[in-house]
Amino acid sequence: MKHTLAVLVENQPGVLSHVAGLFARRGYNIESLAVGETEDSSISRITLVVEGDEKVIEQVSKQLNKQVEVIKVNDITNDEIVVRQLLLLKVAADLAARQEIMQIVEIFRCRIVDIGKRSLIVEATGDEEKIQAIIKSLRPFGIQELVRTGNVAMVRGVK
Amino acid sequence: MLPGAEILIDCLEKEDVEVIFSYPGGAALDIFDAFLKSKQIKNILVRHEQGAAHAANGYARASGKVGVCVATSGPGATNLVTGIATAYMDSVPIVIITGQVSTSLVGTDAFQEVDITGITDPITKHNYLVKEACDLPRIVKEAFYIAKSGRPGPVLIDIPKDILSRLVDYKECTQVELRGYKPKITGHVGQIKQVMELIKEAKKPLICAGGGIICADASAELLELAENAQIPVVNTLMGVGSIPLEHPLALGLLGTYGLAKANIAVQTCDLLISLGMRFDDRVTGSIEKFAPKAKIIHIDIDAAEIGKNVRVDVPLVGDLKIILNQINSRLQKKKNPQWLAEIEEIKEKYKIYVPAILEAGGSDVISTAEVMKRLNESLPTDIIMTTDVGQHQIWAGQFFNAKSPRSFISSGGLGTMGYGIPAAVGAQIACPKHTVLVITGDGSFQMGMPELGTALEQNLPLKIMILNNQTLGMVKQLQDHYCEGRYSSVHFRKNPDFGHLALAFGALSLKVTKQEELEEKIKQFILHEGMAVLEIVTSSKENTYPVVISGSGLDEMVGLG
Ligand SMILES: Cc1ncc(C[n+]2csc(CCOP(=O)(O)OP(=O)(O)O)c2C)c(N)n1
Repeated sequence: MKHTLAVLVENQPGVLSHVAGLFARRGYNIESLAVGETEDSSISRITLVVEGDEKVIEQVSKQLNKQVEVIKVNDITNDEIVVRQLLLLKVAADLAARQEIMQIVEIFRCRIVDIGKRSLIVEATGDEEKIQAIIKSLRPFGIQELVRTGNVAMVRGVK
Repeated sequence: MLPGAEILIDCLEKEDVEVIFSYPGGAALDIFDAFLKSKQIKNILVRHEQGAAHAANGYARASGKVGVCVATSGPGATNLVTGIATAYMDSVPIVIITGQVSTSLVGTDAFQEVDITGITDPITKHNYLVKEACDLPRIVKEAFYIAKSGRPGPVLIDIPKDILSRLVDYKECTQVELRGYKPKITGHVGQIKQVMELIKEAKKPLICAGGGIICADASAELLELAENAQIPVVNTLMGVGSIPLEHPLALGLLGTYGLAKANIAVQTCDLLISLGMRFDDRVTGSIEKFAPKAKIIHIDIDAAEIGKNVRVDVPLVGDLKIILNQINSRLQKKKNPQWLAEIEEIKEKYKIYVPAILEAGGSDVISTAEVMKRLNESLPTDIIMTTDVGQHQIWAGQFFNAKSPRSFISSGGLGTMGYGIPAAVGAQIACPKHTVLVITGDGSFQMGMPELGTALEQNLPLKIMILNNQTLGMVKQLQDHYCEGRYSSVHFRKNPDFGHLALAFGALSLKVTKQEELEEKIKQFILHEGMAVLEIVTSSKENTYPVVISGSGLDEMVGLG
């Protein structure tokens, strides 16, 4: 099963390589990883999506907790969470195709952020499912380049 | 204003550092220059940086204090790596200081630059690359705190050359603030209740004492629990000395190279109280077959150890000394004659292992069991034994008549050959009045030998006993078990003359080739005032028994005779 972990760490150089190294060493699989500063600039938050059974996830959390720079580890998989990732996708778009692509963009409520001679860049945010659906719909036109972030996640309401 | 190096030394003094083990080099020049000014810190020059790390390790394990070693950048730092890993695996508190190329050169593959914080990331509890001289006081303070608190371990501080020489305002750091690091100390009261319940219900309880008992200085508390509830005790290799071997409740070393009585007790018990240990595969044998009838209580300071290898019925995280006090204060005295009678039967049945020599026949062969027996008879009370790695280590772990904690120092987790002699250097410096004895093999001796130079220079009266079987015995044994006796690279066709080597290092040189000479030569060896090397020529065929072959349970031992 996939687990989403929200990991608060000291905002210092080297922390990310520490955390990533730990996963590699102990043979855990990182599905995705996203990191950035939080409301407190001395703290970064790493959102990790990890594949594994309960036992593996427990070990992952404990090993993370052992790191001196790791402040807190929360497994938010079973919480009510908002999950988003960002997609940038360059799709081939000659004049004939543009209309159709625009429609798809509209349906998914994403945006076109660059218009080239023969291509468009589409920007989308959403959860895994939505992002997959967008990619699937645009694939027939010819995807020239695709980049996406890992998940970031936040627990809903007051906790 | 003070240069970084002097700030460093002052910080070390404030951490009560009295000794460091070191080897100099260009990037560390300023550190060594600054050491000249310290009246408090004795700087011991070793012969190889690995020896510095092992000596700091031996010093820490013998004294209970943090050991410190210093080396230069590049090859100095990489030579430390095995020593750091050894300390990491055995949770030994050491602080390692390395010189680094100047900040402006970091990352340019400069002369003698290595990324030592990167290299040691998986084998340190924490490490630092110092960016500003003014961070030194905080970093040193944190490093010592992290090394010795919680589950102890090595912490490395890498200091670029320009930072060592830069003049900055020195502001002392008096407090550690690490929001991500708060070791849990006291045991959860609810869990303690469950522990009490299980102890009360158990008909066949058994304690397994690990190195955690020794780190936590919790031997007295362990004895109180064992005696008041009448619970027999087995120990891991790291736990040798946590309970005196001659204690009526002590069953000795368990594990794949453990004693039969200890292993049978584990497989028979209905409650296993595991204290400060981590269920390494050398301890459990086949995990599926481990302690099949037992509920398991696992008490350890490191939450990540709990449930990592075996199923646990009651986990308890915290400092062993405190938790055992919590348990002891709730404990009602209990008698358990039936179980103790069964234990006596097990002890009788598996009395000392019989076959000492299965493969090695003939009456002219010196039996290692006999060596250990004679040695035990000659040992003074204030003894510290260090070992190298191999068959001799197993014999030492099984038979050394340990009387107190911190008296047995061996590389348990990493199994590092070449550990024994430098660790003994550290132990002897920590405990100058003790007799410090190294048990080593002809293979390991040749890895640790350089530090005899340090012992010579420091006038350390080390006693070094070489069990010379002309073989990498433990690997030969593995080839017996797993390669149908096809021997590859395990026999030394030529060895140096160990007697001459002993003389070269200014030591008394003794050699035993006949069993009859053992008693007298061992006495002479132990009683000699200065350094002494005793070479005992043993059979290259002998194996250690009993042994649990890979995939078997602890009760499926080979070589029980
Ligand atoms: C640094 C290192 N290299 C290799 C090994 C693998 N190894 C384990 S025991 C052993 C043989 C040790 O031989 P010796 O010191 O003569 O002791 P004996 O087993 O003969 O008592 C070897 C090579 C090791 N543990 N450590």
